[in-house]
Amino acid sequence: MKNNNKRQLLEGSRAIALTVKAIRPAVVSAYPITPQTHIVEDLAKFKSDGQESYEYVRAESEFAAASIVLGASATGSRTYSATSSQGLLLMAEVIYNISGMRLPVVMTVANRAVSAPINIWNDHSDIMGMRDAGAILLFAETHQEAIDQHVLAYKIAESLSLPVFVNVDGFILTHSYEACEIPETKVIKKFLPDYKAKKGEFLDPKNPITMGMFAGPQYYFGFRKALQDDLLASAKLIEKEYANWKKIFVTGKKDALVKIDNGLMEYYGPKNPKIVLVTLGSVAGTIKQVIDDAGSKNSVGLLKLRCYRPFPAEQIKKALKGVKQVITIEKAYGLGYLSPLHLDLAAALYGEKIKLASQVVGLGGQDVTETEISKIIKAYEKF
Amino acid sequence: MLSQKYMRPVSNPNTSLNNKTGSWRVYKPETDYKTCIGCSLCAKFCPDACIEMKAQKDYENKLKPVTDYDYCKGCGLCAKECPVKAIKMVKDF
Repeated sequence: MKNNNKRQLLEGSRAIALTVKAIRPAVVSAYPITPQTHIVEDLAKFKSDGQESYEYVRAESEFAAASIVLGASATGSRTYSATSSQGLLLMAEVIYNISGMRLPVVMTVANRAVSAPINIWNDHSDIMGMRDAGAILLFAETHQEAIDQHVLAYKIAESLSLPVFVNVDGFILTHSYEACEIPETKVIKKFLPDYKAKKGEFLDPKNPITMGMFAGPQYYFGFRKALQDDLLASAKLIEKEYANWKKIFVTGKKDALVKIDNGLMEYYGPKNPKIVLVTLGSVAGTIKQVIDDAGSKNSVGLLKLRCYRPFPAEQIKKALKGVKQVITIEKAYGLGYLSPLHLDLAAALYGEKIKLASQVVGLGGQDVTETEISKIIKAYEKF
Repeated sequence: MLSQKYMRPVSNPNTSLNNKTGSWRVYKPETDYKTCIGCSLCAKFCPDACIEMKAQKDYENKLKPVTDYDYCKGCGLCAKECPVKAIKMVKDF
């Protein structure tokens, strides 16, 4: 479908704000925290300038912001929020309630390190703490990917009644400028129709219900199992809907090195790689540069996960068939044991003849350079 | 595709009629109507509002507390508050 919006040079936060504006939520609530601030500042400005008619509810904390979008979503409205780091942790209790009540809340998480020591820069320690809260977690590498994933997030959230969080690396994506294309509302509407909650599934004085009511041991287990089953099953829909969206909204040409490109993951590199780096988020761009620089001698591939929860274990196993060495490059420690991505991959590849290595990089905003990536690859090449 | 039966933790009005919380009880209050002076303090203090004062034919139509054991969780507040110690908490299993 033809998109009349031109390709433009935008700050990541503004690109996300413009996309959310085009998606047209009914209620936006957030509490400002670096590096998420620009997104909701822009959304507040669109409202004060009279460009948009959504309710912008100011909150006194992230706990309140999450509670406001929970309540708004419970009345059957499309909602939006954004946060980072300590803010996400303050929302923790509410997030468990949002997923437990099966509310399609979409939120942007501008990933940032957690205290202490206090640090405002990028890593994935914040979201890894919320890994098991029952939300679908998407990770973006570029501005354009973040734009696409926000549209996809609403589609998935509203189809499955599950919260979806789009993770963008703080500063690296939120404060940098990149050429990107924002889909128009009419293009989005073709993929994502207006949200209409079904009767008996939202708070309505004409059909009174209690949400998240008391459930004793005979019922509680059933609800938790249903949440787990639906999350695991959502991987298929994420793959399918991403393909549908990319048919409607085409941006740029596909790179010849991209061998796998779906809603769950992207593989970039040669056909039969010796080493594959597995990663989340913007560091994928740096790794791609290392692969490009190596030219025809290159035997390294990159598997970038776009969807981390549900963890697409089967699809990863298939993608890594025949690879000798896999290295996880991630921006979080799993304090007390292995890092989250490494641990998940080890479980997914159990029994396969693949050597696994883990490398934690860039905590608290430390730059991850091409030299560093090359060094990591060289260290494992000789094995 | 979705788990239909248990998907949404949503309940309709009046489900408390099915969800009888009396099963949580360990101790059960038993009221001795002979000692009871019908002051109704127990009914006022009951946090579950499951004590009702009703006229008893056998006691000259005087008001006496009637406990709804479907909902009484056995907290024992009634026994504690009773000024004449007419209510005893006894094991309910």
